[in-house]
Amino acid sequence: MAKSRRTSSKRARGAGPTGSHRPLWSGTLAFGLVTLPVDLYTTTRSAGASLRMIDEDGTPLKRRYVCQRDEELLEADDIVRGYPIGDDEFVMIEDDELDALDPERSSVIDLETFVPAEDVDPSYIENTYVLVPNPDANTAYRLLVTSMAEAGRAGIATFVMRGKSYVVAIISRDGTLRAATLRYHDELRSPDDVGLPELQTADVDEVKRYEKAMARLTEDELDPAELRDRGSERLRKVAKRKLAKGRDVHTVAEDEVEPDDGPAMDIMELLRQSLGEKTVEA
Amino acid sequence: MSARAVWRGVIELGPSSSKVSVPVKLYTAVEDKSVSFRLLHRADGVPVRQVLVNPKTKEVVEYADSERGFVTGEGELVSLDADELEALEPEPSRTIEVLRFLQPGTIEHRWYQRPYYLGPDGDDDAYFTLTAALGREKLEGVARWVMRDKEYVGALRLHHGYPMLVTLRYAEDVVPLDEVGPARDATLDDTQVAMAGQLITMLAGEFEPQTYQDEYRAAVLDLIEKKRRGSTIKRAKPRARKATSDLSAALEKSLKQETKSGAGKGAARSSGPRSGSRG
Repeated sequence: MAKSRRTSSKRARGAGPTGSHRPLWSGTLAFGLVTLPVDLYTTTRSAGASLRMIDEDGTPLKRRYVCQRDEELLEADDIVRGYPIGDDEFVMIEDDELDALDPERSSVIDLETFVPAEDVDPSYIENTYVLVPNPDANTAYRLLVTSMAEAGRAGIATFVMRGKSYVVAIISRDGTLRAATLRYHDELRSPDDVGLPELQTADVDEVKRYEKAMARLTEDELDPAELRDRGSERLRKVAKRKLAKGRDVHTVAEDEVEPDDGPAMDIMELLRQSLGEKTVEA
Repeated sequence: MSARAVWRGVIELGPSSSKVSVPVKLYTAVEDKSVSFRLLHRADGVPVRQVLVNPKTKEVVEYADSERGFVTGEGELVSLDADELEALEPEPSRTIEVLRFLQPGTIEHRWYQRPYYLGPDGDDDAYFTLTAALGREKLEGVARWVMRDKEYVGALRLHHGYPMLVTLRYAEDVVPLDEVGPARDATLDDTQVAMAGQLITMLAGEFEPQTYQDEYRAAVLDLIEKKRRGSTIKRAKPRARKATSDLSAALEKSLKQETKSGAGKGAARSSGPRSGSRG
């Protein structure tokens, strides 16, 4: 019975505005006494997703789990988290037990403090997401987007997502609210932890020479071309060449290719729908 | 006690005539402290193993027997053999080439991935000179290098006064988020915008990450201990998610509440966790 409840709640969560993509977290954004129901979506994917595992016949393979005891193929609902307490002994932990440890922060991101946006140190950033409001929170969302951008400040909060607690920075950028989960202070080593030497003064003329070299390379904007994945580009080129020659080409049905473990490509569409370019007033 | 370097390279910037070269060692700056779980088969509590499965035949294919292919888009896939894959690997190199310098804040938060400290590698003078120059110019560099058969792009910046490379995501791994319009349309009330701005000012503070402790981590370990002893555990009930219907009233009330709680405190608040509850 407990199991079927889990399954149904998962399905309900999966039915987003486009029905195609599941938010990583759903809850409430709180700003003073103003509350906005929001969904949190990823907008990045991990690199190297372009190469697929295939079998010798060219069939794309899927990553699945089997039980180590009998090699039985398992579904997502057959799997639970376990914490090792001895040799081959584990305590099973259910997701809703983890949520119950801090129900408030499992369901609410409370913007307690607003800090200068440029002070959010990038080395703390673990992952970034975009917040999509429920249609009835549309106006409050845009109010936050506007007033946070005008103040040049990011909201800092703590919340719990998927059994882990995060410090999170909520940042207003290009008309949307972004969430950046931050590493805890003790998860970022100090120069001392690493054993870096004590800083020493440098020769003034040499510093000037370095500064000159830096000045010559200084630009206003980031060049996306410099962030190209050249490995993927080489791969694409080789694949294209082989395709043209008809070498090692296999036909695959679209549903055979497992989607990337990344964001929905229609995240913009989702935002537009949700943010009023198309919606009716709530 | 010093950490082991993960890689050694040479930071290079500028044309060959006046090139600046700084040999450095890279040290991982991250230490994950979250409670790590194993995945178990619910029915028998035995750990699971990830495998590759042919979805048609449900047959398990061992990793060692799997091959690599690239989906070209039109329902076609091209397979590549080991030699072809090896030919795709980048040329090994020790060079960390700095491509450009930018004002801090130019790179969007979404690009940053993983920080590495830089330490000196045989030329302390060059290392301390680079550190001093980065500190004086307050610029962030964009650098490219090949580490263990993989190409990286990273941001060269200071952290606690020491040079650091924070790896950046590739352009194709970050979904473009264009400006969503209308950013400010007729339904946005000026008075509400003013009140929201006022509330942000009242809640203004400094970014002080050291004030946050992961108390949840301890709670998770405590839960594990309780379950080990066989206690019954409370399950979370899903909470209702409600949007504020009267924005003006909620903002006004928030401002009043903050005025009251902020009175007499004087000093600017920090970003640290705050006690007390929302009404």
